[in-house]
Amino acid sequence: MATEIVVKDLTKRYPNGFEAVKQLSLEIGEAELLVLVGPSGCGKTTALRMIAGLEDISSGDLYIGGKRMNDVPEKDRDIAMVFQNYALYPHMTVAQNIGFSLKLAKTPKKEIKERVRRTAELLAIEQLLDRRPKQLSGGQRQRVAMGRAVIREPQVFLMDEPLSNLDAQLRVHMRGEIEALQKRLGVTTVYVTHDQVEAMTMGDRVAVLRDGVLQQVDSPTQIYDRPANLFVAGFMGSPPMNLAQATIDRQDGGFSVGFGEQRVAVPSELAQERRLEQWVGKPVIAGIRPEDLEGSADGGSELGGEVVRIEELGAELLVYFAVDAPGPKGQPVAAAVTGEELEHAPVTGATGSIFCATFEPRTQVKIGDRVETRVDARRLHFFDPETDEAL
Amino acid sequence: MSTTTAAPPAVAPIDERTRRRRRVSATPLKYIVLLGFAVIVLTPVYVLLVTSVKGFSEIDPSHAWSLPQVFTIDAWHQAWTQLSPSLKNSFKLAIPATILSCILGSLNGFVLSKWRFPGADFVFAFFLFGMFIPYQAVMIPLTLLLDDIHFPAGIPRLVFAHVVYGIPITALIFRNYYSTIPNDLMEAARMDRAGMLRTYWYVILPLSAPAFVVAAIWQFTSIWNDFLFAVFLITDPSKWPVTVALNNTAGSLVTPFNLQMSAALLASLPTLIVYILAGRYFMRGLMAGALKG
Repeated sequence: MATEIVVKDLTKRYPNGFEAVKQLSLEIGEAELLVLVGPSGCGKTTALRMIAGLEDISSGDLYIGGKRMNDVPEKDRDIAMVFQNYALYPHMTVAQNIGFSLKLAKTPKKEIKERVRRTAELLAIEQLLDRRPKQLSGGQRQRVAMGRAVIREPQVFLMDEPLSNLDAQLRVHMRGEIEALQKRLGVTTVYVTHDQVEAMTMGDRVAVLRDGVLQQVDSPTQIYDRPANLFVAGFMGSPPMNLAQATIDRQDGGFSVGFGEQRVAVPSELAQERRLEQWVGKPVIAGIRPEDLEGSADGGSELGGEVVRIEELGAELLVYFAVDAPGPKGQPVAAAVTGEELEHAPVTGATGSIFCATFEPRTQVKIGDRVETRVDARRLHFFDPETDEAL
Repeated sequence: MSTTTAAPPAVAPIDERTRRRRRVSATPLKYIVLLGFAVIVLTPVYVLLVTSVKGFSEIDPSHAWSLPQVFTIDAWHQAWTQLSPSLKNSFKLAIPATILSCILGSLNGFVLSKWRFPGADFVFAFFLFGMFIPYQAVMIPLTLLLDDIHFPAGIPRLVFAHVVYGIPITALIFRNYYSTIPNDLMEAARMDRAGMLRTYWYVILPLSAPAFVVAAIWQFTSIWNDFLFAVFLITDPSKWPVTVALNNTAGSLVTPFNLQMSAALLASLPTLIVYILAGRYFMRGLMAGALKG
C-alpha cells in the first residue's frame, strides 16, 4: 500500500537567519515519483533531508501516510534514502550492505539471506554479493545503494541526486532503470536533481525550486509548455528558451510581437488567451524555444540575424544568431534567469540577444552568414517584465 | 621524468648528460651528509650495545668506544634476573592501560566528531587542556585523592592514572581520524535505523583500526616509559614497573655499566618491537588524521 506525503509550509531557517526552504507546500500522491529540481543551492536537498528526518523542520508540517511526522525520529518514519555518493559501508560486503537494515531490525538470518538474494536479482547484482564497495564500479555501487533502499520495502523512497556521479551514458541507462523500478514497486518517491533532463524524463510531476521558493509544480510537459514564470522558462529545456525584451502591437486586426525591428504575428487564439490587448505598447518579455524556431529553407522569414555560433549535434543543427532586442534583463538568458551560466548559455552579443534555432542537419551555414527562421507562433511565451510571471 | 623522444637528437644528449651529471654529483654528497647525521644519532646505541656484552673488568669509561676483548652475555643474564619481575609488572600495567585508553578514546572521539552533542567543541577543548598539565603538578593531589577514595593500591592505581592521563591524546587521535569518515555514512546508518550505539558498533568501530593502532602505540610507549607516576603511586617495590627497576640497577659505589646497558636495552625492547611491527600503520594513521578535520 503506497503512501501519500503532504508537506505544508515547510521552512528551514538556520540560526544565522538564512532560510534555505521557504514555506514549501507539496502533495505527493500515492506511488507518485515527484522530482524536486532547481539550480544548486535552491534548497531542494534541504527539503528532502527534512522529509527524511536528517534535518529539523523549523516550521511547517510534514505528513506521511496521514500521520504528522515533524517530531518522529527518522528511524520511525519508514523511509529509505539513496545518497548522492551512495554512502556504502566500506567494510561490509555488498550482501551485508544491502541486508544491514534488516540485521538491525533483528530479522532472522535466513529471511535476510533470502531477501538480499531477491533484491540482488531485481537489480542484477547477484554476482557481486561477496564483493566490497571498493571493488565495484560507479554503476554497480549505485545499484547497491538502490538495493539497500529497496530491500526495506519502505513507505517512501528519497533520492538525493543518485545519478550525478555516473558518466553520461550510464546516467541515461540508470534513469530508465530507476524509473521502471519505482513503477514496479509502487513506492512513493521524492527525487532530487539539478538536471532538468532527469526531471523531465523521470518525474510524474516536477517541482521547480529557486532560492528555497517553490516556482511551479506540474507534469513535465505542462512545465515545459506553460512555464509559470521566467525562471522556470529558462531553467527547463536545453538549450534554454530564447528570451528577449519585446513589444506588443496591433497588426492587421490582430497582434504582433516585436523583437527590435522584426515583427512576428501572434495567432489570435493565443493573443486572446494571454490577454495581449492589455499589453499593447508596453514592454513584455517574449520567449520561444529553439525547436519552435526553425531554419527556413525557402527564404521566407519571421526572425533572422547574423550567425554567431553553430552546434552540429548530428540529429539537428543548432544555430545561434543575433537578434536586435535586449535580453530579458539586459543579460544572457541563462544568467538572467538562473543567476549562473548554464552549459548551453548562448554567447552574448555586444547589444541585443542571441537566439538559438534548430536547422536541418548538415545545412550549410557559416558564422557571419545571415540566417532566416520561421517561428511557430502558437508556441510563443510571454512574461511580465515587472513580476517575471507568465502572462 | 625525461620525455626526450620528441626532442631533436642534436640537443637531447647534452640536456640528458648535464642532467645526469647533476644527479650523480648531488647524490653522494646527500648520502655523506645523511650518513654523518646517522652516525651522530647511532653512536650512543653503539656504546650501549658494545658495553652490554663486555665483562665487568672491561667497562672502564675511558674504553667505552673499544670493542669487547671477551664477548660475554653475563650482563644480560644478570639484567634479566634482576628485571624480569618488574618487566612482568610493566606488561601488567601497560597492556590493560593501553586497551582501556583506546576504548575510551574511541568512544570519546565518536561523540566528539560523529555523534555530536551541544557543546562538543568546548568539551573537546577542555579535554585537550589536560594534555598540558605536567605530571609533577598533579603528583600530590592525585595521591591524596586515590588514598581518600581507597583506590586499590599497586598496579591498578597506575593503570587508572595512565588511562585518565591518556584521555586527551586518545580523544584527539580518534576524533581526528573519525572526522575523515564521511558524514554520509552516519546518515546512511541513521536511515537504516541504527541508533547511536549500533552505529558505533557496526559502522564506526570496524573502520577504526588505523586509529586504534596509532593510539595503542602511543599509549603503550608512553605508559611503558613512564617513571614518575610509578615512583610516587607505587610504594611496594615488588610492584614497580621496569623503568623504576632499571633506575635501581645503578650501584651506589661502582657503576656496573655493562649491567645497566643490557638492562636499558632489555627495558626498551618491548616498545621497539611494537614500533617495528606496527610502525607502518602508525605513520599511515597519523597521516589519515592530518589530512582532514
